[in-house]
Amino acid sequence: MTVHIAPARPTAPPAPPAPAVRRRLRPGRIGVHAFLMAVSLAFLAPLLLAVYASLRPYDETSAHGYFSLPRHLSLDYYRQAFSDSGMTKYFVNTMIIAVPGVLVTLFLASFVAFALARLKMRGGLVLLMLFTAGNLLPQQVIVTPLYVVFNRIPLPYWMSDSMTMFDSYWAVITVQIGFQLGFCVFVLANFMRTLPQEILEAAIVDGAGVWTRYWRITLPLCRPALAALGTLQFTWMYNDFLWALVFISDGDKLPITSALNNLRGQFFTDYNLLAAGSVIVALPTLVVFLLLQRHFIAGLTLGSSKG
Amino acid sequence: MSFISARRTGRRVSRRFTGRDLAVLGVLLGIPVLLDIAIVWGPTLASVVLSFTSWDGIGDIKWVGTQNYENLFTNYPQFWPAARHNLLWLAFLGLVAAPFGLLLAVLIDRGVRFSRFYQSTLYMPVVLSLAVVGFIAQLIFSRDQGALNAVIGDTKSPTDWLGDPNLNIWMVLLAAAWRHTGYVMILYLAGLKAVDPSLKEAAAIDGAGEAQTFFRIVFPTLRPVNVIVGVITVIESLRAFDIVYAVNHGRNGLELLSVLVTDNIIGEASRIGFGSAIAVVLLAVSLGFVVTYLVQELRGEKNR
Repeated sequence: MTVHIAPARPTAPPAPPAPAVRRRLRPGRIGVHAFLMAVSLAFLAPLLLAVYASLRPYDETSAHGYFSLPRHLSLDYYRQAFSDSGMTKYFVNTMIIAVPGVLVTLFLASFVAFALARLKMRGGLVLLMLFTAGNLLPQQVIVTPLYVVFNRIPLPYWMSDSMTMFDSYWAVITVQIGFQLGFCVFVLANFMRTLPQEILEAAIVDGAGVWTRYWRITLPLCRPALAALGTLQFTWMYNDFLWALVFISDGDKLPITSALNNLRGQFFTDYNLLAAGSVIVALPTLVVFLLLQRHFIAGLTLGSSKG
Repeated sequence: MSFISARRTGRRVSRRFTGRDLAVLGVLLGIPVLLDIAIVWGPTLASVVLSFTSWDGIGDIKWVGTQNYENLFTNYPQFWPAARHNLLWLAFLGLVAAPFGLLLAVLIDRGVRFSRFYQSTLYMPVVLSLAVVGFIAQLIFSRDQGALNAVIGDTKSPTDWLGDPNLNIWMVLLAAAWRHTGYVMILYLAGLKAVDPSLKEAAAIDGAGEAQTFFRIVFPTLRPVNVIVGVITVIESLRAFDIVYAVNHGRNGLELLSVLVTDNIIGEASRIGFGSAIAVVLLAVSLGFVVTYLVQELRGEKNR
């Protein structure tokens, strides 16, 4: 019976075309919103859960699970992370690595990019390939020889209290710079190609040297690209986990992302403390992202779309 | 003739750069190039060489030929599971996370309201450290307290999502996809914004449906973005390390090639030669993709 009713429907008087289209689109729109909203909430949920778990004592979540109503909420774990686990110290360590790392990387990469994009040198393309390909290798390919070499490079005590490059910030900073150069050169060279060549030609007529053409003329025009790359690079160096894990053995020198691993106990792990640690580690990058979202996204897409 | 013209251009070049210019170029090009060689290419070569030796990092370096590779392929039980997991990682990010990111980008690009909110939220996991992603995954998937088991409500025989060696890789892949999707979405969003709207209009006038327009017109123009997404996906899956290391140091069903390399050098055994052989396997796979990508780039460069 019902089978016969269904095909009978289309015989109903056809509605005028325009409203029909509208009526058909509406549910589609709502469907899209419902889908996007559901996905957004699903993407947000793990972060919110981490924040929620970090505010609750271990006894409570071990008895009732993370997905239960709160009885006590406190910032105790944050206090504990900062006072007992020395999060402040690890933050300072991260800054010691990331700030010089980002600045030197941007300086060196912008000059290479300038030379490649603006000076029309022979072999420029090979150099560009060398840098770009280098950035695409997995870290584990280079980590072993670097580990061996750093163990054999002596440094004076005032530079490293381990007397070698191993177990010093120098090792991590150098590797960060060397490894990130490739990406920055690639992005900045693409960006500089979009700048008008006439400005440089005018400068050459005025007798400007290479340094002036780079520092006074090209670099100021690259401010948006440098801001975008700086934001992105800072986040990447901040988030790095492997380099410090391999090249630093003294727990007190670890940057914050690698130090997070130390919050895990030898035999017993307080996951709520770990949640608080994760939130502390994630917070600066989230703040940077929310404040500088435009730069952040520009940095990633500069690399993918050619100016 | 050609000799004379060559000399002439040579002279012009030297006149273009004064001595000071050459010094600036030498120092400021020299440092980054040396750094790139010292940090990236030198060690890469050294890894290849060391992979043919047996070395513990202290004693003499002994040449052993391909013995490390034979051991690796025949009697190192972790190797094949690790390689399989890396491939699974690639397949999951490439066939699930990346298309999902594209779908989200297409939906957001259609100009729905609140698109900025969706964009920011979906992109947020990308700024997190992979290690943090690994720790957060434990809050969700932990057996006794995890949110997932609480939602399912199975209290009698709770599933150990991260402890079961048959299941945990999938949970970790979900966590990795959480981060990868947003990355892919942003790249495609930028690509979609650059698509000439008149192309779509022309297709609509010719009577193409929405799906047809997308697959026949829009998607092919996104080729540069597709290449980038492909490269990023491959690199991410070969580099995968932090999440599994944060979860359980890459054991018990979560073995990855990167973890094996790290274990062999900073572990107690310190088998540098053997660790290098695993690294070379990683290198070989990634170079295959990198070279393909660079050839494409090179072609684009010539057309410029």
